Amino acid sequence: MSTVFIALQTNEETRQVIEAIVQDNPDAVVNEQPAMVKIDAQDRLVIRRETIEELIGRPFDLQELQVNLITMTGNLDQTDDEMVLYWNA
Amino acid sequence: MDMQVAKKKLGLKERYAVMTRGLDWTPSYQKMEDIYPYVAYEGIKIHDWDKWEDPFRLTMDAYWKYQAEKERKLYAIIDAFNQNNGHLNVTDARYINAVKLFISGISPLEYVAHRGFAHAGRAFPGPGPRVACLMQSIDEIRHAQTQVHSISNYNKYYNGMHDFHHAHDRVWFLSVPKSFFDDALTAGPFEFMVAIGFSFEYVLTNLLFVPFVSGAAYNGDMGTMTFGFSAQSDEARHMTLGLEVIKFILEQDPANVPIVQRWIDKWTWRGYRVLTLVAMMMDYMLPKRTMSWKEAWEIYFEENGGALFKDLARYGITMPKCAGQIALEKDHLSHQAWSTFYNYAAAANFHTWMPDDDEMKWLASKYPDSFDKLYRPRYRFWREQAAKGNRFYSKTLPMLCQVCQIPMVFTEPGEPTKTCYREVDYRDDKYHFCSDHCKKIFEDEPEKYTQAWLPVHQIYQGNCFPEGTDPTVEGFDPLAEVLKFYNLEHGRDNLDFEISEDRKNFAEWRGQATRNI
Ligand SMILES: [Fe+2]
Ligand SMILES: [Fe+2]
Repeated sequence: MSTVFIALQTNEETRQVIEAIVQDNPDAVVNEQPAMVKIDAQDRLVIRRETIEELIGRPFDLQELQVNLITMTGNLDQTDDEMVLYWNA
Repeated sequence: MDMQVAKKKLGLKERYAVMTRGLDWTPSYQKMEDIYPYVAYEGIKIHDWDKWEDPFRLTMDAYWKYQAEKERKLYAIIDAFNQNNGHLNVTDARYINAVKLFISGISPLEYVAHRGFAHAGRAFPGPGPRVACLMQSIDEIRHAQTQVHSISNYNKYYNGMHDFHHAHDRVWFLSVPKSFFDDALTAGPFEFMVAIGFSFEYVLTNLLFVPFVSGAAYNGDMGTMTFGFSAQSDEARHMTLGLEVIKFILEQDPANVPIVQRWIDKWTWRGYRVLTLVAMMMDYMLPKRTMSWKEAWEIYFEENGGALFKDLARYGITMPKCAGQIALEKDHLSHQAWSTFYNYAAAANFHTWMPDDDEMKWLASKYPDSFDKLYRPRYRFWREQAAKGNRFYSKTLPMLCQVCQIPMVFTEPGEPTKTCYREVDYRDDKYHFCSDHCKKIFEDEPEKYTQAWLPVHQIYQGNCFPEGTDPTVEGFDPLAEVLKFYNLEHGRDNLDFEISEDRKNFAEWRGQATRNI
């Protein structure tokens, strides 16, 4: 098992994104640090567009995440519907 | 952000294909090797450039849109910070020395990174990496500019930052970050990508930005926090580029594996040595600490890098060999670096000081195996000496490592009271090294590293005095002349924080900000 993570700025735009990530990754661990939130998961973390849209009540383009991203780790695969971070090992 | 999400005709994957590979063409009246002259000489074999894909699938049109949004947010905050005299809200004026280190040590590297990615992108025949390098090149010049803009407000009030670029090209310790990037920039395009894209951005960048930026947030510096986060938002893309480059090269041909492994070993060590500055910043220069260097190393390198190299094992790539020595140094690195800067405070563009009792307690709790035994007695002695009016400033120039250019202050791995020296005879000269790893890098490419511009050698050769200086006149003071060459003012930009103008002004201005005088 290896940890993948994503870190986002703490602000009003990311509050519901983080909620969506927690919904879609029940095992994820949320670490609140000064001005940022780091979310750790084992081997795989998925961010789903639909879940975010349900929470924010408007259409959302996953590339909007670019604006509030701080860092991440793992291999990445992004499509219109989801962004996945994963380790192969 | 309230962006309109337009209904798109093509999916992300198709859009990416159309906007990158779809814009490329095969030349008909020029030979490929004439257009891309640097792509073969490093020995890396690429069979199919189309196998490259940016996993973010970001296209230039979307890139501009999101970057513009980042800039709008950033400049609004910088204005607010400046309008409200935000500089007086930092924890205490010692913190500003971390900002000085950043503007003179790191920001000029952002500019060089801009040039490096423009150059590397131009050298690659594949449109995928070329577009990704173009974006990173533009990101990096944005980082340089936004850092200069944010920090310029500090320059209005505090010393040492007035000529940061001039300093970067001359001041002795700034040759450490400068030569690191110059080394990468003068390598071939593939090595540059492994050096900066992978080893620096992917493996080490979290150790630079995350501690600096959350350190800024913790210490009330909204300006630095904001440009830091703004730059960092590009960093996720840079890290992804670095990882994709490595996977792409390794998948293209098994003959690439040993070449890439050597580069990873070399550049992880080179990058780690530069991070010495960050280690001491985290443990000594932030009045309010976020985490120790050792903790940051454990999270971002040992844990995260461990997962990464486990993932890359399927290609035959292993953890860089230097990881073992770094693990032995993590209890000592920041303390040895701070001791060095404390000694050489007369020749630096920022102030140093001795930690107070609370800070020593924090250091002892974070470094239970080393601090009380080795470093506290040293600091206590220096504090006593300073109290007696004998604050010590070393005026003797140190011996430098030929590769990392850091003074030879590091100790033997596992023997923290014995200074580590290595040397090599090459042609008719003797070369010195701080470690087996720097020595190995030299031995692999002696022609390159014999040409290093070492500040100490240059001073002794008379190349670091203002033009027309005569070192033979009676009473010649080399340090004074070197400071003039650096464009630093003795007694103002250097020496101990306790006697600094920064300290005095900050106390006075903060007093005015909170009382009616
Ligand atoms: Fe950058
Ligand atoms: Fe070295």
